[in-house]
Amino acid sequence: MKDIKPAILLFIIFTIICGGIYPALVTGVAYFLFPKQAAGSFITDKSGKVLGSTLIGQPFSDPKYFWPRPSATSDFTNNAMASGGSNAGPTNPSYIRTVSDRIKTLRDTGVTGKIPADLVQASASGLDPHITPESALLQVPRVAKARGVSEEMLIKIVAQTTEGRQLRFLGAPRVNVLVLNHALGS
Amino acid sequence: MIMYDWLQTIILFAILIILTKPMGIFMMNVYRGECTFLSPILCPLESLIYRICGVDRQEAMGWKRYAWSMVLFNLVLFAALFVMLMVQHLLPFNPQKVPSFTWQLALNTAISFMTNTNWQTYSGEQAASYFTQTAGLAVHNFLSAATGMAVVVALIRGFVSRKTASIGNFWVDMTRSTLYILLPFSIIGAILLVPQGVIQNYSDYKTVPLLQSTSYDRPKVDHKGIPLKDTAGKPVTEHVPIQEVTIPMGPVASQEAIKELGTNGGGFFNANSSHPFENPTPLSNFLEILLILLIPASLTHTFGLMVGNTRQGWGVLTAMLLLLVLSLGSLQWAEKSGNPLVSRLAVSGSNMEGKEVRFGLAGSSLFTVATTGTSCGAVNTMHDSLTPLGGLVPLSLILTGEVVFGGVGSGLYTMLAFAIIAVFISGLMIGRIPEYLGKKIEVTEMWMSILVILTAGITVLIFSGIALVTPSAVASMSNPGTHGLTQVLYAFASMANNNGSAFAGLNANINFYNLLGSLAMLLGRYVPAIAVLAMAGSLAEKKYIPPSLGTLPTDRAPFVIWLVLVILIIGALTFFPALALGPGVEHLMMIG
Repeated sequence: MKDIKPAILLFIIFTIICGGIYPALVTGVAYFLFPKQAAGSFITDKSGKVLGSTLIGQPFSDPKYFWPRPSATSDFTNNAMASGGSNAGPTNPSYIRTVSDRIKTLRDTGVTGKIPADLVQASASGLDPHITPESALLQVPRVAKARGVSEEMLIKIVAQTTEGRQLRFLGAPRVNVLVLNHALGS
Repeated sequence: MIMYDWLQTIILFAILIILTKPMGIFMMNVYRGECTFLSPILCPLESLIYRICGVDRQEAMGWKRYAWSMVLFNLVLFAALFVMLMVQHLLPFNPQKVPSFTWQLALNTAISFMTNTNWQTYSGEQAASYFTQTAGLAVHNFLSAATGMAVVVALIRGFVSRKTASIGNFWVDMTRSTLYILLPFSIIGAILLVPQGVIQNYSDYKTVPLLQSTSYDRPKVDHKGIPLKDTAGKPVTEHVPIQEVTIPMGPVASQEAIKELGTNGGGFFNANSSHPFENPTPLSNFLEILLILLIPASLTHTFGLMVGNTRQGWGVLTAMLLLLVLSLGSLQWAEKSGNPLVSRLAVSGSNMEGKEVRFGLAGSSLFTVATTGTSCGAVNTMHDSLTPLGGLVPLSLILTGEVVFGGVGSGLYTMLAFAIIAVFISGLMIGRIPEYLGKKIEVTEMWMSILVILTAGITVLIFSGIALVTPSAVASMSNPGTHGLTQVLYAFASMANNNGSAFAGLNANINFYNLLGSLAMLLGRYVPAIAVLAMAGSLAEKKYIPPSLGTLPTDRAPFVIWLVLVILIIGALTFFPALALGPGVEHLMMIG
């Protein structure tokens, strides 16, 4: 029974160290060294108004904007309060129907040929801020038509927004949809 | 594309293997009570802690007292977290005013975090306050990992000791694991993650405008919360315009670092490590995989050093690497091949359902294999949406007991139990008395090793069987047919092996899964842990037998291959029927 005392006291001490001091210390260092990232990588316009976080994708369905990946979050797509994927199994008939519907929506905007998987399959977080460069280029004709601008100009903006592999070997090339759509507006 | 996938994989494992040696030496010094480069700062703190708690660091414990201390400490962990979750609404640091947990959910969550499982049937951003996350869940992340490390160190001491009853002091092992290993490396990990974009703050959730507003139809409910229906029996809905969206905040980086380092895996957010605030870039993904594997891989070297033959440690590490290459290759191939049901709709590329663009296929596959080869269970990919054979990989890794690097501590002790079985079987085949690391393997060791290896497997099969004849458990399946079976099998595999990842479509927040799952987690954690300690006690009392011509060398390639085969054979014999009916049949249906 003499082991009860260390069991309780060690727990209390480590709660203070690991549960209080540790996160506070990390928060302090994070705010001192990387205040922008620690706060959520928010972007603002020239007047200082917050436009959103570069890390949290927003929903777009208007033809004049580039569309993000499908999102399976509840209530509405890219709902940041309900992160998560569809968890649809690969042979689930209703999932295959959902994918067909998404393909049809894209075909209705004049898309021909093969469609990149990321544009019709839902992301893991439901908040994926990126699409592949192929998926962005696929949407250029539609956005150009809706905005009445040249495709060349949009291709250029997509190219400028494309991020390569990190440190040249990590991950996949990608385009941030929110950043891209804000770049279009200006 | 393929070249980059390979490059990323090779660089990751090169770094891991380079780190194994210094980290292994460092941990050996920690457990031998010797000075490390952190001693000048931490030694006074450590002494102070012992003084306050009345711990005599010289006091040696027999296995029963060691096990009792572990159980007692874990009971305190459980009680504290259970109460904290039940009164969450009264505690500070709760800017979103989230309510308390139901008792069933609190019970499941407290057991889940105490057992290093981190199975979650709540959604972090909606249900947990900052106080719960940091002072409750994160503390358990540290201490449950430290418990696992203490148990494996006790087992190693059992091999090393000669004719003694002592296997160490639980309080000292636990304290030193936390203070010298988990805490400093978590601080480094967290500070490396923040510049990538992992958030770290205590702010209120933030509301931002949408560039393009959206809307959805919400079912109307009456004042009792019952959905209204019109005269035709159709649900009545109302149009809800959305012009702004709320973005959750929180001290995520500090949580993320220990969640990976301690192979815990409980996400701050529902989407876990696929959430851009938990894992924002390919580099953060790389760092997180490295954090998951760092301690389990390095412990093999600590083991080799402590038993006085580093080749024993490298042998175990090689066996783990062989299994890893096999799993990673299968997963990468299955996902790259894509889903034919989708491809035939004129869709190009690998299976992207439940994956994030930024990680690339290798980033997703590596994380999936790392998180299920260990007992981590964090996910950056939704395992439920993997192709059938792709999903078979994480499921098999969990079912074979998470020995591909393994959970911190628990992975190595499970691997050593497999090694003892392998020694015993080969001893039978060549007619020699089985010995491992200079200790004779006898009845006690065999019983305990079998308990370590089979407890989780038997629990999985029996509990999944019960689920399949329970209507409410079957109704929780979100996918029809054979995939639903896999969801249930995965749920119990994950809980009984203390992994915590899920085929997350399954609605597990019902009494059946919360309560039976709690039992699975307890059995899967404490039966093997206590069996390991009993084995440590038995080994410590034995005399050392120097290797002779009749001894099977366990530090050579043939034994490593044999060990891998034993793991695969035991896994296949136990789970083949269930796996064939689940992922096997689904694969045939998909390509059919």
